[in-house]
Amino acid sequence: MNKLTTAQNAISVIQDGMTIGIGGWGPRRKPMALIRELLRSPVKDLTVVSYGGADVGMLCAAGKVKKLVFAFTSLDFIPLEPWFRKARQNGEVDVFEIDEGMMLHGLRAAAWGVPFIPTAVGLGTDVVRHNPDLKIIDSPYDDKEWVAMPALKLDVSLIHTTTADTRGVCQIKSPDHYMDDWFARAAKHTIVSCDELIDTSVLHQGDESRFVFWDRAATQAVVHIPGGAHPSSSAPLYGFDVEHFKRYAQSAADDDFAGYLAAFAIDKDEPSYQDAVGGLSAIQQLPMPVY
Amino acid sequence: MQQHEYAKDFTLAELMICAASEVFANDGEVLATGIGVLPRLAASLSMKTTNLDLMMTDSEAWLLSEPNPVSGRKAGDAQANETWMGFSRIFDNVWSGQRHALVGPSQVDRFGQANISALGGSYEKPKVQMLGVRGFPGNSISHANSFFVPSHNKRAFIDGECDVVSSIGFNPSRLPKGYKLSDIDIRRAITDLCVMDWGGKNFQPRVVSLHPGVSFDEVQDNTGFELVMSENCQVTAHPTLQQLEIIARLDPANIRARQLKDNPPGIRA
Repeated sequence: MNKLTTAQNAISVIQDGMTIGIGGWGPRRKPMALIRELLRSPVKDLTVVSYGGADVGMLCAAGKVKKLVFAFTSLDFIPLEPWFRKARQNGEVDVFEIDEGMMLHGLRAAAWGVPFIPTAVGLGTDVVRHNPDLKIIDSPYDDKEWVAMPALKLDVSLIHTTTADTRGVCQIKSPDHYMDDWFARAAKHTIVSCDELIDTSVLHQGDESRFVFWDRAATQAVVHIPGGAHPSSSAPLYGFDVEHFKRYAQSAADDDFAGYLAAFAIDKDEPSYQDAVGGLSAIQQLPMPVY
Repeated sequence: MQQHEYAKDFTLAELMICAASEVFANDGEVLATGIGVLPRLAASLSMKTTNLDLMMTDSEAWLLSEPNPVSGRKAGDAQANETWMGFSRIFDNVWSGQRHALVGPSQVDRFGQANISALGGSYEKPKVQMLGVRGFPGNSISHANSFFVPSHNKRAFIDGECDVVSSIGFNPSRLPKGYKLSDIDIRRAITDLCVMDWGGKNFQPRVVSLHPGVSFDEVQDNTGFELVMSENCQVTAHPTLQQLEIIARLDPANIRARQLKDNPPGIRA
């Protein structure tokens, strides 16, 4: 089955009011080209589930988020994501704020087809006070109470990987695949953008198949976009773009998201965007962060 | 050089690193997570001195047999990976309880509850949105936690409860069914003035050591809730020459000097 398509085609499955999951973590391996395609679409009222960075910030800035399911939203070196912060402080988005691990439980529950997973996480905190829909239940096996973390059922997931073949076998060569495997499984429809399109025979060499973290049945569409994670990183190919993120943060300080979109031709198309940020070669030369 | 000879000249940052490293000394084989430069140096120092069994990551995806220096490294430098430890596996570790996190919350209250989520306003429309609760709820119900607070004042140690209670503490009114307060494992708070714990009567917060030149009254005046002084409250131990040497090796570019405003000396004038 050939799942290769364009970003525009892939994104067209997303409808108003859907719940979308976004892979990656903070400023790392985010499917930003797919996010930019979403910014160009008329879609609105999304519920977004993400270990978020600028993906969440940009969708908030564009007014596309009705509800955000989150544990944090951060660009790491800029700890507080500026457009997310603005949206929250203006009371513009509904939120379901949960612990990072609760989000993993919710994705697993959705992937496994169970309504919830019991956990102690959240007990005694404002997570259970601020989310009245989050149920606390008794255990049939002990005398403690437990949080019933509901399944986070996703209509669509957006994920960026290092490579993929046209059948949707995806490799992640970054040191961490984060929760991307669970985002892929929790969604009815998973769209993957990849830096490199590979022939299936590459997977048969050496230990290449060890970099595949879910089977192809969990991937429905493949989009080949070299540099498609920019301005987030796609280790080991390129680091995140510190200067670009600063410019993006400045747009929040200036309250001018339209200016940011125009300055980098995001309102136009992806090739124009890549030209505006210095071209693919500039993206591929961005250094890896050192921790 | 006498390895255990106390140093006469050291910075407040170095004093805090050494005091914070003590929180891991009796932990045995657990994952130590220090968030930020000084907490990470504290965990690394403990792994090199008081607790050789400690585990640490590279703050990215690998568990290390030797802690990475916090400065002077280049991308791609060799490091002592012993196993993959990506974020999903971190949660496996967290929920097994084999971890001690040293974290830097924005607010801590008298119950040892902490906040990194948001400040002021309403929950629907906070005055200042911060990170979100991150992993605080799971950390605090699952394993040991200590706090690193570089500016000890009434905005950090607040009167009343945290604006957003991100981690569970010794608060009877929030205690989940089936739990005892003693199930909660909030260990210590290391600040620029003192070291505190919640070891007083009914988990009351108390000062267990005062940094050189700091009085109990000064700590109390900068704390939004009532403190008691531990019976054997002492002056926080000065770093030893050996500790300072190890810290220097772990931070060759001396970024620890940039973590506290004006890099004050460890012994107050």
